Order: sequence, then structure tokens, then C-alpha cells
Amino acid sequence: MEKRVFFKGWWLPALLVAPQLLISFVFFFYPSGQAIWNSLFLPDPFGLKTEFVGLDNFRFLLSDPYYLASFKTTVIFSTAVSVSSMALGLYLAALADRLIKGAGVYQTLLIWPYAIAPAIAGVLWLFMFNGNIGLASYYLKALGYEWNHTLKGDQAMFLVILASSWGRISYNFLFFLAGLQAIPKSIIEAAAIDGASFWKRFGTIVIPLLSPITFFLLVVNIVYAFFDTFGVIHTITSGGPEQSTTILVYKVFSDGFVSQDLGSSAAQSVILLVLVGILTVIQFKYIERKVHY
Amino acid sequence: MRTIKAIIASLALFAMFAGTSAQAKVEIQWWHAFGGRLGELLDEQVNKFNASQDKYTVVHTRKGNYSETLNAGIAAFRAGQHPNILMVFEVGTASLMAAKGAYVPMYQLMKDAGQRFNPNGFVSAVSGYYTTTDGKMLSMPYNSSTPVLWVNKDLMKKAGLDPEMDLSTWKRVGNALDAAKAKGIDMPFCTCWHSWVHLENFSAYHNIPFATKSNGFAGLDTELAFNSPVHIKHIQTLGKWAQEGKFKYMGRRNEAGKNFRAGECMLMTESSAGYAGIKKEAKFEFGIRHLPYYGATEAPQNTIIGGSSLWALSGKSKEENKATAAFLAFLSNTDIQAKWHQDTGYLGVTTAAAKATKKAGFYESNPGTDLAGIQMMRNKVTQNSKGLRLGSFDQIRGIIDEEMEGVYNGSKTAQVALDSAVKRGNVLLRRFERANK
Repeated sequence: MEKRVFFKGWWLPALLVAPQLLISFVFFFYPSGQAIWNSLFLPDPFGLKTEFVGLDNFRFLLSDPYYLASFKTTVIFSTAVSVSSMALGLYLAALADRLIKGAGVYQTLLIWPYAIAPAIAGVLWLFMFNGNIGLASYYLKALGYEWNHTLKGDQAMFLVILASSWGRISYNFLFFLAGLQAIPKSIIEAAAIDGASFWKRFGTIVIPLLSPITFFLLVVNIVYAFFDTFGVIHTITSGGPEQSTTILVYKVFSDGFVSQDLGSSAAQSVILLVLVGILTVIQFKYIERKVHY
Repeated sequence: MRTIKAIIASLALFAMFAGTSAQAKVEIQWWHAFGGRLGELLDEQVNKFNASQDKYTVVHTRKGNYSETLNAGIAAFRAGQHPNILMVFEVGTASLMAAKGAYVPMYQLMKDAGQRFNPNGFVSAVSGYYTTTDGKMLSMPYNSSTPVLWVNKDLMKKAGLDPEMDLSTWKRVGNALDAAKAKGIDMPFCTCWHSWVHLENFSAYHNIPFATKSNGFAGLDTELAFNSPVHIKHIQTLGKWAQEGKFKYMGRRNEAGKNFRAGECMLMTESSAGYAGIKKEAKFEFGIRHLPYYGATEAPQNTIIGGSSLWALSGKSKEENKATAAFLAFLSNTDIQAKWHQDTGYLGVTTAAAKATKKAGFYESNPGTDLAGIQMMRNKVTQNSKGLRLGSFDQIRGIIDEEMEGVYNGSKTAQVALDSAVKRGNVLLRRFERANK
């Protein structure tokens, strides 16, 4: 049963939604409008003169093989980060849920990495895998494996995925644990009495009941991998080697703020805006249908 | 009671005077990219200036590395919050030159301020970089260096080599690396600033164009030309060394310097300004040599500079511009320049500073520190060895670095990589030309 509240007159509801509208306008509509407008121009870095170029910025981008490659990089990166951090988060949550003694200690320790800012997490992992002083690279070398992520694209990719997923595991763990604890014990016990094995129970009861949380985490993790991993990439690889870790958002930054090509950068923001819009529609239209609330 | 009154009165009087004198001082801002030892030396220069007179105060702020400083300056300019003086590294020179109206040309600044300033006092190989084709100096040279070969003599001995052996050509360097590898030396060769040393300076040194139109000095319609057979041969050699484990890639900027200072790398190509750090940290005997070349060209031409110059940004009051002029003139005086040269390994950018350093016997007691200067000024400059003036060059360097990484990790041949770098770089040059017509 839904509860509905009706207001008499219009000024009170208008006043109540005004702050939200204002925030949306200032932080969303105004900047997006500016990005769309700027994507049609080719300005010089200092903003002394600018030229209207129509869709040339987009043509320039779509003919750049490295820009197209960065789509693929983004897909690989965000899939790897979301899947690995969610799988590990779920695994750890399932273990912690069964703990009888010391659950609080384990839970606190597992949540800890989430408190670390992405850029700092990046620096921590960078230290461990640094070619000069890193412990991890030192032991890998002792095992006969040459580690040099400044030169090898796959190693660089692995490292940024590792660093980005690490803090994320805690976040996913927290939500999955809450989800697991919300599942009524009686259902699981009933299934156990009927002779269902652990995996059977997990697959037919726990996973479906966790699906709202899983869906929520999927959306949040993909958004994270798309936009919030900037700090990690910037500190570890700066998008290299050979742009093998340049995801779309990083390219917006490096073309706009490192190369001062604001026209191209604005065009990339517009493409990204459209892309994320499509992705959100797909997620809510198709994936959400399979979610049981 | 009376005494308290007197104290208050005198305090008020004092505050009034202090207030007026603070107001009378003109304060100017300088944004730069120097931290660590270089930052301390820069701070010393500013303090000296502030103490030397009572009309002006210079406030300096570090804004990150070279690229970050330039970007901070540009962003601030768009917002109208820019400093009076901005440090711009040589790669950003063309971008500033093209932005007419964003800066006050140096000759104009000095003239308007009535400041005595002699642009001919600078070494022409340095000032040429920052001067228009019709001889007007636009920015003031600050720190300039050129690449040299650094030698770890202890490792040379360990490799069974004579530490004083001839390393003037890349072929001889190659032989030394073979010997070092055979003796199990882990990192026979490493380098900093790949594009700057192995393509930009390489071109000037062999007197071949890096880009058409005199490397961009003669017009914005320049095109990159660093995919000639000589360039390809050199980059292919580096790629081969990397595959054979004789050359280890440590990063795009000066990351390899750490390995050299730690005594791991036998031979390193790096800026002459690596001197300050190496002298401080190296626990082995080191030597400085000229940058090697290919014996096929008779004798090497000259190398070109890297480093930064100081730009006076526009939109400031006449009083502030006067302060800027006074400070920049102060920086170019011989004592300051000579000290800077000797402390850092940067070149003595004024002729007087180089002379004073020689007279003080610095080169004799620090052998090798004069090589950079000699190497830069050994010949009359040609249109290939004057320097580079290319738009979007920070970005183009990024492209070159990317493509060279492909050669080092064996995924590309030098031919493919350099062709691709030229093609991608030219797209950016055209875009820059269009934006700055």
C-alpha cells in the first residue's frame, strides 16, 4: 500500500524541491550544457581566441585509433574491477556471515581498506610493485618473473585493476554481509532439513534473495570503475604504457588538462555522457527485471 | 597610567608606519616547478632579491612538475588569477609564443620599466630558443641543460673495461654494453627523457631535421621528420638492446636517475643537471662524457637545451611589471648565474657567468662539468640544431614516448613506431596551427 501526500497550492512543493533543482542545475545541467557548447569549438589554451568547428572535434576523435582503443580498455577495466571486487566481496561476506566468534574484529578489518582514498591506494600498490624499491617486484624477480609495468601493458593493467578493486572489496563486502544477514535463517534451515547441500542452498536461496543488492552493487561498481578510479590510474601509470591503461575518463583529463585541447576534451565528455546514459537505461530496463525484491 | 598611554601611542604609531611601509611594497607572484634541492636554491635567490631592496617583494610558489606548472598557469590565466611570472619548460615555449596577448615580451617589459638589460649577455644557443626570428627576446632563460653520458666507473671496472675508454660513438657504447652483459651486469644502460635525448638532441647532434621548417622556427605549418633512416637505426638499436637485456626501461621522465645514483646502471644518458643529485648521492666514482653519436656523420653538430624560461604574463599593473622587470634583471646578474650553474649542473646561461666559473677554477676541481657547455657551443648552429619550436609539443612527446615503449617491449619495429608517431604528431600540429591561425 502506497502512501500519498497531497499539497494544497503550488508554492510549498515548489519551495521543497527548489534546493534539489538548484543543485541539479548548478552541478549537472549547467556544466553539461557548457560541455556540449564547448565541444563545437576549437579554442587556444589561453582562451584568447576560439573558432567554431561544428562536429570536427567528434570527427577528429572518432578517427583516432587510440580513442577507439580506449573504449575497449574501459570495458576490460570496468568489467574486471566490478566482477573481481564483487566476487571477492561476496566470498568474504559468506565466510564472515558464518563466523561465531570474533565476527566484529574480522568485519572491521575487512572494511578498513575502504577508508583509503583511491590516490593513496594507488601509491601504496605502486610502492609494492616499483621496479627500483618494490617488495613485490623484488620477490617476483627472485622467482624469475620480470616485472616492469612501466613497459608492459598487461602488467600495468593488472596493477591498476588490483589497486582499484582492493578498496572496493570492502565496500561490496559490507553490502553483501548486510544482505546475507537480512535473509531469514528459517528459510535456510528449512532447506537444510530438506537435505539441500550448502551450495544448493547458496545457489537457489541466497543468490536470488541477494539480487537487489547485487544489482545495486553492479550499478555502483560500474560507475566507480568509470569515474572514481582516476586517482589510481593517475598515480600508478598515468595511462601508459602506450595508453594501455587509458580509460575514457582518464583521456578526458589528459587531453583537456595535460594537452590543453579543451575542444576535444569537451567532445569526449559529451560522448561519455551519452554512453553512461545508454548504460543506465540498459541496466534499469533489462537487468532490473531479473531482480526479485 | 601615563606609561601605558605612551606605550599604546607608540604602538599605534609603529603600526601606522609598518602599515604604510607594507603598502608601499609591491608584491609579485612567481609560479615554478622546483622542489627538493633545486627548490631550496630558488628560494635562496628570491630571499636575496627581497633583502637587496625595499620596494618589491617576490613570493614564489611551487605548482608541481613542469607540465603541471604550465597547466596551472594557463588555467589561472583563463580565470584571470595568474601570477606575474610563470616558469615554462622549453616544450611549452611554442604554445606561449603563439598566445600573443597572454604575455609581455621580455624586451618590451624591460623597456617599459626602464630596466637596464642586455639580451646579448646570454649565450646565443640558449637565448635563441626564446627569441623571435627577428631578434626580439620574449622570455628570460632561467635553467638550461643538455644531455650527456654519465659513467659509473666502478661498474666499468667490474665489467673488465677501462673506465677511461673511448665512448664517443654508439658503436663503442654497444661494445661496452656487450662486455658488461657478458660479465653479468644487470643494467648496463639506462636513459632518462627518451624523446629529448634520443630523438630531439639526436637530430640536432647529427644535423638532421626533427621537423621541417627549421624544426618549426620558420612557421606553424611544420611537419615532423624524425622517421629518417638514421633515426630508425638508432631507435632500433635501443630496441635491440632492450630485448637483449642490456638496456632497461625505467620510465618516461628521469626515473632511471635513481638506478644510476644507486649504482645499478653502468651508463646513463641524462641531463647535465643530473649533477646535483649524482654528486650528492653516488657512492661510486662517476664520470661525465659527451653524448655519443654515430661515426657515419663526420663530427657531431651541437646538442640543444632543455629546461625552462620565465614569462611575464600580461594583464598586470605598471607597478607590478616594474617589479617583475627588476627581479628578472636581478636573476640574470653574474653572481646569481654563476652560483646557479655551479650548484646545479645547469648551463651558465650568461657568458659572464661561464667566464666567472672558469676563473674560479670550478671546472678543474669538478672535471666534466664543462662538457655540457662545450657540447652545446662547439659549432655554429644550423637550422637543425637551433632547437625546436613545435606546438602541442608536450602532447607530441607523450605520443613519442608511447610509441617508443612499443619498440622497447618488442611489439613494434622502430620503423612502424616512428612512422606512427610522426603521423599522429602531425595531426596535432595541424590542430595547433588551426587553433593559432
